[in-house]
Amino acid sequence: MTTTSEIRPQKPWQASLSQRSISALVLVGAVALSYLIVAVTPMKGKLAYVALFFVIFTLFDFLFHFATRGLSAAKDAVARAIVVLGISAAVLPIISILGTVFVRGYKGLHIGLFTHDMKLNSVSDPISQGGLLHALIGTAILVLVALIISVPLGILTAVYMTEVRGRFMKPIKFLVQAMSGVPSIVAGLFILSAIVYPITKSYSGFVGSLALSILMIPTIARTSEEVLLLIPNDLREAGTALGGTQWRTVAMVVVPAARSGLVTAMILGVARIAGETAPIVLLTGGGDSVNGNPFKGPMGSLPFYIWKSYSVGTPESITRAWAGIMVLLGIILVLFISARFLSDRRSGQ
Amino acid sequence: MTQSGIDKKSERTMEAGNLVSSLSSVAKSHVGNKSPGSRAQGIGLEARGIHAWFGDRMVIEDMSLDFWSGTVTALIGPSGCGKSTFIRTLNRMHEFIPGAAMAGQVLLNGQDVYAPGTDVTKIRLKIGMVFQKPNPFPSMTISENVLAGLKLAQIKVDNKDDLLEECLERAGLWTEVKDRLGAYGGSLSGGQQQRLCIARSLAVRPEVLLMDEPCSSLDPGSTLKIEETISHLSATMTIIIVTHNMQQAARVSDYTAFFLSEGGPGRMIEVGPTGEIFSRPKDKRTENYVTGRFG
Amino acid sequence: MSQSVITPLGTVPAKREITTQPRLSDRVFRGIVTSGALSSLVILGLIFFFLTYQGFSVLRSQGIHFITSSNWQVVQDSAGNVDPKATHFGIAAMLIGTMLCALIAVIVAVPISVLAALFLNFYAPAFLKKIMVAVVDLMAAFPSILFGLWGFFILMPSAEYWAKLLHKYFGFIPFFKMEVPVFTRSPFVAGLVLAIMVIPIVTSVSREIFSQTPLDRIQAAYALGATRWSMIRAVVLPYGRSGIVGGAMLGLGRAMGETVAVYTVLNIVYQVNWHVLLGAGGNVASMILLKFGEAGPQEIKALMAAGLVLFLLTLVVNSIADFIVIRSGGKGR
Repeated sequence: MTTTSEIRPQKPWQASLSQRSISALVLVGAVALSYLIVAVTPMKGKLAYVALFFVIFTLFDFLFHFATRGLSAAKDAVARAIVVLGISAAVLPIISILGTVFVRGYKGLHIGLFTHDMKLNSVSDPISQGGLLHALIGTAILVLVALIISVPLGILTAVYMTEVRGRFMKPIKFLVQAMSGVPSIVAGLFILSAIVYPITKSYSGFVGSLALSILMIPTIARTSEEVLLLIPNDLREAGTALGGTQWRTVAMVVVPAARSGLVTAMILGVARIAGETAPIVLLTGGGDSVNGNPFKGPMGSLPFYIWKSYSVGTPESITRAWAGIMVLLGIILVLFISARFLSDRRSGQ
Repeated sequence: MTQSGIDKKSERTMEAGNLVSSLSSVAKSHVGNKSPGSRAQGIGLEARGIHAWFGDRMVIEDMSLDFWSGTVTALIGPSGCGKSTFIRTLNRMHEFIPGAAMAGQVLLNGQDVYAPGTDVTKIRLKIGMVFQKPNPFPSMTISENVLAGLKLAQIKVDNKDDLLEECLERAGLWTEVKDRLGAYGGSLSGGQQQRLCIARSLAVRPEVLLMDEPCSSLDPGSTLKIEETISHLSATMTIIIVTHNMQQAARVSDYTAFFLSEGGPGRMIEVGPTGEIFSRPKDKRTENYVTGRFG
Repeated sequence: MSQSVITPLGTVPAKREITTQPRLSDRVFRGIVTSGALSSLVILGLIFFFLTYQGFSVLRSQGIHFITSSNWQVVQDSAGNVDPKATHFGIAAMLIGTMLCALIAVIVAVPISVLAALFLNFYAPAFLKKIMVAVVDLMAAFPSILFGLWGFFILMPSAEYWAKLLHKYFGFIPFFKMEVPVFTRSPFVAGLVLAIMVIPIVTSVSREIFSQTPLDRIQAAYALGATRWSMIRAVVLPYGRSGIVGGAMLGLGRAMGETVAVYTVLNIVYQVNWHVLLGAGGNVASMILLKFGEAGPQEIKALMAAGLVLFLLTLVVNSIADFIVIRSGGKGR
């Protein structure tokens, strides 16, 4: 009998060194062969490399497994290759997008971006002139006003679904889902037809926020609902058993327990609308100078700034657009990571 | 077999107080029927120094057991003693749990199933498994369920109908389902579903059948049927059954192994012919367990 | 209590009604929460009402031609007034273009998403899964203008090349035919951009459904000697089939309503075009954005009507998706 001190945990099911080296050999072989074929045949270009490599690798893998382990293992190997191709196709665009934004946006970044607006400049001016301060402030105000409108409505909807559980539960679940599918341009048109034409007759930040709220409410409602559902029922019963009314139980026990989750819901809602362009273009008028009043005058915003710079189409303005996108993407990344962090901490508790 | 069948019936009506003596008498008669020494087929499956870990926690320590062809071995012990983990190491189902690790060898006909380059799917074809909860594939009919293993492992068979009938017959289900082979597996009762799962395991002709508490979610009538099925099957294959039910262990098995975890990893305390384990266990802890003093 | 149970003739006492009279504060609370929750109903109702109200005159004068004709023409007389007789509003080309682009998107995105979801659930090591899931979720939060710009500057040159290859080798298929070799800003390119936008949505729906596959069935398949792929085919795909369809419908709805990303990569032409590689397409949402800037009062009303059609279309597609996803959630077969 061996003593326990000599025995180490092993994972014999993991690929051994020889298996790994065979896989690597197959990989290298496929690369070499596809390179050779591209070199000697009229096929050329990145697409040819990738397609040939995939076909050859899959074929090699199939033959190898067929020879060593039979048909079902060979089919399994082909399926694995195709599945990996699928995830690559899903993830490659995002890498390309992030890389493009960084490479192209980097050129347009300078510190003046955050201290100047475009009052005195046009988007075709050299990049070092002007900035997007007005757009940053505008986006902040738009988002803030939209939050003020949609957080109460979104959370009330979630509380209805998890605490009140009245007879409209099913229809409301359906309606929230339907609302999350409303195209953003339709939300913009609706605010135009219901508020701008009959009442205000002018563009402003506020009407833009109204349209954004329509897009934000379903996100907040659904995320909050998920969060509130995670609160154990014992807590509610404990609150009620202590003689609390439902109102007090919800306000003092359930909602505080879900606080960080509700913040996550808000952050995800903000990430959803911060880059929304179509309704902003329809409704806010897109000013070039800092405007702190959402009820009066056109209001600039990051999406509008990017939109306008892109539409003008000169090299300077397009660099501006990429710089604007980089700032916008940075904001969304920060929001997203903080939401992840919050929800990770919650589930870790 | 008829003898033990009568024993089963009489024994189920016994008072709890007489349990120990009745268990030993049943077991004795059982072992009297087929004594281990008369087995000629040899060792089918050997576990050599099996250790198992989940993450850093060792759950099984140094278990070595031989399983003879044509016998039923019961693994008993309180919850958390590593019985299920142990049999899952035998057909390499252990490795599906994230963080799982093991050490030791499992020899099937002298070949280590964990040897590098071993085709794990072939191992699982030779070592079948029946789970705690009946789990027929709901999207398949009864006959498709039985033949599912062939489809999954891409085995070609000439006469599927004969195989279907044979497997259902051996699992003791043929007469009950022969008129509705096209019905979905989910339409059967729990006990029938479990026998369907046994038939499904048999279709790929395994040499060893692992059963992880196969009766724990069934009523007594269905349990009896499954036990009869086990008795029939044991003539031709190696069966290893994990059970919480000591009466069941005494009724169906030729050998019994007692596992126990005393705070740390599970260890095998004692193994021997079922009659001896229940009537004159060598270890005090085994005696305490089989007499119902704990566990 | 016990004696009433024993009585043989069944003089079981009548059930007592348990009544709870909620306190005033709770009734107020429930009232507020319910009215807040009904906001979604109110908003959707108002959207329908106001778009109908604003677009009604156009819908009445154009009738069914609004969705069957492709003629969009505002004719003004010498005084600058709109001539109602000669003015036509028809969005057939835009509607067909919308569906065409969305269909291309779904056809491209669904296989990729399903494979990606399979990878995340059954192939990826734990650490890779965690990163990839976060990355895919992050992609779902990207603004559409980013997809638009990336699609225009990065994807379109490659996509044009792929389109040429398709035309060269598969030109015999009617959809890939073209008389004039203009590959830029085609429905094909727009469909690809939309596909990349809906991949995260369809992936996360499929991943969710796949992860609910009962573990005991997966283990049963493996214990029968299944390879990973034959397990997936026998257990996971039958279980998740309707969930995939629901996710695809959800993606379709998203793709149909997208505005800015399509606007940047699609050449909008008022003509029904089935040749997906040709640089001439339509999209209701992008058309609204395109026409809005220079539209007069009458044309704005027509845009409102177009918005109404788009709203109803996405509503129907989303409802079907929702229905399928809910029905398939946690169900055996």
